[in-house]
Amino acid sequence: MSSDDRLPEIQEIFRDVFDDPNLVIDRHSNAETVPDWDSLTHVNLITAIEKRYKVKFALGQLQQLHHVGDLLDLLDQKLASK
Amino acid sequence: MSHPDGVDLASLSVDELLTKRKGLRRKLAARENLQPIRIAVLSGSTTNEVVDLLELRLLDAGFAPTFHQSEYGRFYVDAVHDADTLVQFDPHLVYVHTSVRNIQRFAPMGCSEIEFEEHVKAEISFFQEIWTSLEEKIGCLVIQNNFEFPPYAILGNLDATIAGGHTRFVSALNLECAQRAASNSKLLVQDIWSISARIGLDQWFDFERWFSYKINTSLEGSHAIAISLTAIIRAMYGKTRKVLVLDLDNTLWGGVIGDDGVEKIQIGRETPVAEAYSAFQQYCLSLRNRGVLLAVCSKNNEEIAKLGFEHPDSILKLEHISCFKANWEPKHENIALIAKELNLGADSFVFVDDNPAEREIVRAQTDGIAVPEVGSDVAQYAKILETGRYFEQISLSQEDYERAALYDQNTRRTAFEGKFADYGEYLDSLSMTAEIGRFQPIYLERIAQLTNKTNQFNLTTRRYTLDEIESILTDPDAIGIYGRLRDRFGDNGLISVVLGRRTNDILDIELWLMSCRVLKRDMELAMLDTLVGYARGMGIAILHGHYRPTKKNAMVQDHYPKLGFEMVSQNPDGSAIYSLEVKGFAPRNTHIKIMEPANE
Repeated sequence: MSSDDRLPEIQEIFRDVFDDPNLVIDRHSNAETVPDWDSLTHVNLITAIEKRYKVKFALGQLQQLHHVGDLLDLLDQKLASK
Repeated sequence: MSHPDGVDLASLSVDELLTKRKGLRRKLAARENLQPIRIAVLSGSTTNEVVDLLELRLLDAGFAPTFHQSEYGRFYVDAVHDADTLVQFDPHLVYVHTSVRNIQRFAPMGCSEIEFEEHVKAEISFFQEIWTSLEEKIGCLVIQNNFEFPPYAILGNLDATIAGGHTRFVSALNLECAQRAASNSKLLVQDIWSISARIGLDQWFDFERWFSYKINTSLEGSHAIAISLTAIIRAMYGKTRKVLVLDLDNTLWGGVIGDDGVEKIQIGRETPVAEAYSAFQQYCLSLRNRGVLLAVCSKNNEEIAKLGFEHPDSILKLEHISCFKANWEPKHENIALIAKELNLGADSFVFVDDNPAEREIVRAQTDGIAVPEVGSDVAQYAKILETGRYFEQISLSQEDYERAALYDQNTRRTAFEGKFADYGEYLDSLSMTAEIGRFQPIYLERIAQLTNKTNQFNLTTRRYTLDEIESILTDPDAIGIYGRLRDRFGDNGLISVVLGRRTNDILDIELWLMSCRVLKRDMELAMLDTLVGYARGMGIAILHGHYRPTKKNAMVQDHYPKLGFEMVSQNPDGSAIYSLEVKGFAPRNTHIKIMEPANE
């Protein structure tokens, strides 16, 4: 499974968190391209993803998330080492 | 009634609440007649998550909250020096949310007892200054949480005992908080000391979130805070729950009293299971002693059900039950009756039943009732009830201690008028599938067992040995059918048996039994349809149904008339024979999907 295979699931979480059933995201999406992606929503997103995949991101890892692609890769890495 | 918007927070995990928060909030906020409430949150950490979850819980409890949040860490300044915005917001309630991380000065390591006392006094004065300022400037109720133990016990066990220990400091500070609250009716303490302990400190704190976002707690911690606050706020507005409505069989005691008899129910000290039921009864009694009314709502024969409370080991006695309903009517109808007789809204009720199907219909049909998912393990009932914080009060009066005595189960008895029109819809919602067929070798043991232990839904109460049941397989003149019933809550297993023997063109139904757990599901209609089908195939013209009354089977005395049979004869002892013509019989079951057995 490549990290991009999880994009549809992650998109579903984004749609729930942003309450926008038509939201489309890709690897390049970030807080600039997605409306309403502010720092508070960011916390919700990260927590929702941690809970959904039962992982816990480390402090350093959290700081290196710039795009959805980074998130997918990090998630992939976390799940692979579980 | 479950709300038409379909939102049911009770069925969602905290993870789902967080992920779907915006959509849930949108739907809940569209509800009508929400009571506006303005809440200011002054905090020593980032509180958006707590506020988000609190907002959902309050909307669900019938409030329309608006919030004012202080900037992170500004709880003291906003209350004491810079309160203009707060005063303008004009809150109904101020929540001062601080944590052990916000304690200004712990007593230093190696200090004397006197220095320790001084530090505790200084710290409580710091908070007292906040409360006094809020009282002067706003005058509304203030909720101040007390403090969780520190994330580390630097001194190990000594941390709890010596003057420089932080653990001991928190204990002393919390006792001070309690004393201040006891002498100040405008100050309520939220007991985070206990709440954090229940979750466990290691699950309570989340260091990544603290360092990254200045959120002090895990998501679970934030949720527990929100649930507890909602309970306090409900209590402030008189919306606290007042009645605990209890099922009997497998809820207050183990086993089915109608089938097993009072001497066989599990209660007392003999087995671990019996101990667990006793403990739950003790918990219910403790609730009653603090002013929560107890009511019984059970599918049972009333006389037999009451015997359970005369069991020598029963902790609950009949006199503890303010309203007692044991009959065969749907539970939501009985709950409406209980509400009428106690003269209380069913929205102040909490309903406990081990049967998920009963929980479902009561939740769906009773507006505002709380139906926690207690499961079917008695050891967990009290813990799950506790988690819901249903019976929270902001103060207790003498009246609360005596309330239960004021209600008598025979007062305020009024006739029940309304019936729900949509029972059929409820049955459809269960997505029931039945497997009904001729006896099969794999089921013989279960069938024989059922004939020997079923007492209530049993038309003749004839007992059979395994050999007798086995002989039916090869008897050309016998029709033995079994029924299994599955619904969306799971498989109820083999729950019904009907056995008939032909004489020429008449089939005598010598046994018809069903387990009470599938009562009022139309299973008997489905069994009849199948029975008539087999009878027709054998050229049988008439079915004879036999009823033989016992002390326990009064619930089925009208079984055959209800199925459209006509009485042929009745004896002085109440036993009777009924008949039904096969010709012209049209299938009756409409709510259960019938599945043919796989290997007939």
